[in-house]
Amino acid sequence: MASTQFLFSGFGGQGILFAGKFIAYKGLTEDKQVSWLPSYGPEMRGGTASCSVIVSDEPVGSPIVSNPDVLVALNLPSLDRFEKDVKPGGYIFCDSTLIERKVERTDVKVFYIPATGLASENGIPTLANMIVMGKMLKELGDYSQEGIENGLKKVISAKRADMMGLNFKALELGANS
Amino acid sequence: MADKVLMKGNEAIAEAAILAGCRHYFGYPITPQTEIAAYMAKKMPKIGGCFLQAESEIAAINMVYGVASTGKRVMTSSSSPGISLKGEGLSYMAGSDLPALVVNVQRGGPGLGGIQPSQSDYFQATKGGAHGDFHMIVLAPASVQEMAELTVKGFELADKYRMTSMILADGTMGQMMEPVELDFDVKERPATPWATTGTKMEREHNIVNSLSLVAEELERLNFERYERYKAVEENEAMYEEFMTEDADIIVAAFGIASRVSKNAIVEARKQGIKAGLIRPITLWPFPKAPFEKAAKTAKAFISVELSMGQMIEDVKLATGCKVPVTLCNRAGGMIPSPEQVLEAIIEADKLGGAK
Repeated sequence: MASTQFLFSGFGGQGILFAGKFIAYKGLTEDKQVSWLPSYGPEMRGGTASCSVIVSDEPVGSPIVSNPDVLVALNLPSLDRFEKDVKPGGYIFCDSTLIERKVERTDVKVFYIPATGLASENGIPTLANMIVMGKMLKELGDYSQEGIENGLKKVISAKRADMMGLNFKALELGANS
Repeated sequence: MADKVLMKGNEAIAEAAILAGCRHYFGYPITPQTEIAAYMAKKMPKIGGCFLQAESEIAAINMVYGVASTGKRVMTSSSSPGISLKGEGLSYMAGSDLPALVVNVQRGGPGLGGIQPSQSDYFQATKGGAHGDFHMIVLAPASVQEMAELTVKGFELADKYRMTSMILADGTMGQMMEPVELDFDVKERPATPWATTGTKMEREHNIVNSLSLVAEELERLNFERYERYKAVEENEAMYEEFMTEDADIIVAAFGIASRVSKNAIVEARKQGIKAGLIRPITLWPFPKAPFEKAAKTAKAFISVELSMGQMIEDVKLATGCKVPVTLCNRAGGMIPSPEQVLEAIIEADKLGGAK
């Protein structure tokens, strides 16, 4: 795809912004044009957080994603709010541990990942976000060891280098789910 | 070539200011520009600079006034209501002919308003900003890269003309991350013989002051200042043109509005409407030339703004009201969608008369 518009959404604290940064950085290391735009303000504190990411071969125009090609919803309010906006033929990735209902749209490809459950079972309770990223990249045909490593290296600061391995584990769990 | 890194617009401003030699930052936190202060708080102590969180915006701007009078590069940043508080200091600095950089990452107003992006401080920024006859150089970045580049440019222009430069950004520009390269050349600073750095008993006292009680004298100062402003208007207007060569419909937009408009223009072209964009990069001086030129061939202009219609007045002035100018806007923290701009382009295409 020449340009992919992502919308990541969930509760504040689920690592939505981090997941978005990972995808943006991954694009950057692949010489793509990228933009990352978070929601900000009070809604970030415990409410729904969202972040728009565009990865494109062309310069990015508006950084605001209102009709995503790919929606990642990590909680029910996010799915309720953004399901209708996904482009026909687009993708929806849901954390099915936290979202009990099914997606109503029939013109999109839907993937349910019990990410929060998988994360706790595997001793990485804070990395449900990256489990979903693993699944997402796999389904988008964009899952490569090299790409993931480049993205992670950029997004994880040197001080937290010990987190690299765990993030890898989460991405692999997702990709194989 | 330096590595491209992802940075928030606010962080890019802060890092660029440091690269430009700014070692004094005074501010007071306010969303959506707080990352500038946070970045400065982290960095300044490490490089021998001064970061100070003042007790208020008014205190911060007067600290800027103080450091500026010693001829050092200095800045403050805030968002809309905070900039209003700085108004008095901005006027005093203009009256004292001091260079400084002020950043306004705008949010919805008036009053305390909201915290979402806005462009509704256009009048305030471009038509003075406070009491008295004065101008600031107003720079409007439309990317994170420009947040950085125009910060350096802002310092350079402020020094060159001994006036305040203002970066007029908005919440989106401040909060978004894009790749940025920070390997630009910073020009050498002009000398500051006027600075109050101590006479060392070797020269006359320098006086930095905006008080002038003799009317004839104050008038002379005003006229002299406006000679300088004239030079700024003649030499420093900056803009970008996008698909304007054959355009029937010209969209005028700056900052985030210009990015949204580009999407709409590309879509309009697909539908067979010849649309183009003039993006003012300096809002003062307003780049009149491309508008004068386009007014000879275009059918209509559209001003796309995150306000109730402020820049549209400058577009009308620059086009001499020769062709219709319509407004496409959202306010209060909302942002026009590409679809809304496209609709405005389609409407304008119907409305424009034969040329």
